[in-house]
Amino acid sequence: MAFIKTISKGKWTNEKVTVACGECQTSCQSACKTSCTVANQPCENEAR
Amino acid sequence: MVHTFTVQGDHFAFDSVSGALHQLDEAALLVVERAVNNDGKVTDDDLKTDVGRAVFDLVSAGALFSPERTFRTEELYPDEPRIKAMCLNLCHDCNLRCTYCFAGTGDYGGPRGLMSSDVGRKAIDYLIRESGSRRNLDIDFFGGEPLINWETVKTLVAYCEDEGRKQNKNIRLTLTTNATLLDEEKAAFINAHFSNVVLSIDGRQHVHDAVRPAVGRRGSYEATTRGIRTLLSSRGDQAHHLRGTFTSENLDFAADVFALAELSRHVSIEPVVLPDEHPLAIREWHMNQVMDEYERLAVELDAREAAGEPVDFFHFRLDLEDGPCAFKRHKGCGVGVEYIAVTPEGDIYPCHQLVGETSFRLGSVLDPTARNAEVQDLFATALTDPPEACHSCFARPICGGGCAANRLHRSGDIAGDDERGCRLLRRRAELALWLFARRLDRGQSVRI
Repeated sequence: MAFIKTISKGKWTNEKVTVACGECQTSCQSACKTSCTVANQPCENEAR
Repeated sequence: MVHTFTVQGDHFAFDSVSGALHQLDEAALLVVERAVNNDGKVTDDDLKTDVGRAVFDLVSAGALFSPERTFRTEELYPDEPRIKAMCLNLCHDCNLRCTYCFAGTGDYGGPRGLMSSDVGRKAIDYLIRESGSRRNLDIDFFGGEPLINWETVKTLVAYCEDEGRKQNKNIRLTLTTNATLLDEEKAAFINAHFSNVVLSIDGRQHVHDAVRPAVGRRGSYEATTRGIRTLLSSRGDQAHHLRGTFTSENLDFAADVFALAELSRHVSIEPVVLPDEHPLAIREWHMNQVMDEYERLAVELDAREAAGEPVDFFHFRLDLEDGPCAFKRHKGCGVGVEYIAVTPEGDIYPCHQLVGETSFRLGSVLDPTARNAEVQDLFATALTDPPEACHSCFARPICGGGCAANRLHRSGDIAGDDERGCRLLRRRAELALWLFARRLDRGQSVRI
């Protein structure tokens, strides 16, 4: 490996979503009932 | 904020603002660590080296040490907070007597009882009205054990579908059940109407039976697995999760994940939430073993993915390329602001774990005008201006600020400290990032 291998360039600062639409599922409605994880929730914004 | 970490000898730097993830060799790791301690700037000495200049180039390109971003409440809720998700407690009773249940064996510390169809319809009306312009709404049919109240389940499913059509709402239904009362008729109905099912089971038979006895103290494993098999045999590829809890009695919980994977590859297992006095609580002296077990789980999951036999572990699921937006990652689960729980009597609470905490009662679906705005503001503020520990935590955009109920139960304050829970969550986040990198390295899909 070279010194650095970029796995992901990071898209969070250049998002297409510029307004919170709130159309996605809340995390406790999927499978976490006592231990929060939100990064596994798919985006449901139609602009994406 | 940049966080460096190592899993199985692989070194990484994660920029929690941009979501950039870089794998580093030993020399680059040291350069980045020195930059972290130098206000995000590569040190003058390191700039004289090839590796230092390579890191400098990343910083210059905006791929490391991105400027922090803050959010105002108005940005998170541009048309004021709107309730879009509801945990509908159809039954404050249960046919099991699980020894760690946050709902106190189903009754939430109050009277046992069933939700009537009338209260259920008013709850659904309340959700539709309070959702404003939101189109996607979610309702979790929850308990206690909701299948005890089966006729009401069917009545309210029909009501959701009718009202959704009439009012142009996409109402998505989840059922959370212990599976023991499932038969073929119920399975067919559930699979026809519920887009997600959460099936409670803790893993290996001896683990499950020890903590999830039926009334009368018999273990429930046989009835649970029979019900799960009945449901899944006709569910096809529709969403579902086998959801378990681990306690101090099964700190080797990776074995339970893979026992569950024999039934379905969609698995979620979470640490029990109990006060330290409880014999099943995860205590400080268990923490190293739990951390090691999460890593063992990640390594085995990686091996299975490489072999083409993936197991989908809910809390390691992560997509840096196409996950939730920044607003979602900042406001978290929406407790009390976008998400509520409703009791059989129609009382509204900020979430299912806070049912019965009367100081947080938000109102009643029977009297929708009397909402406790003060309590709702408390939760909106707690999400926008998170606990102090979140400000310096790389995992904030992954956990969304964590669980307010857990913080309350741990510290007495919804914005208080849950240091042990946060430590577990941070390690889970690191392992999820490692698995993400491993998947990309193999050319496998990272979509969630």
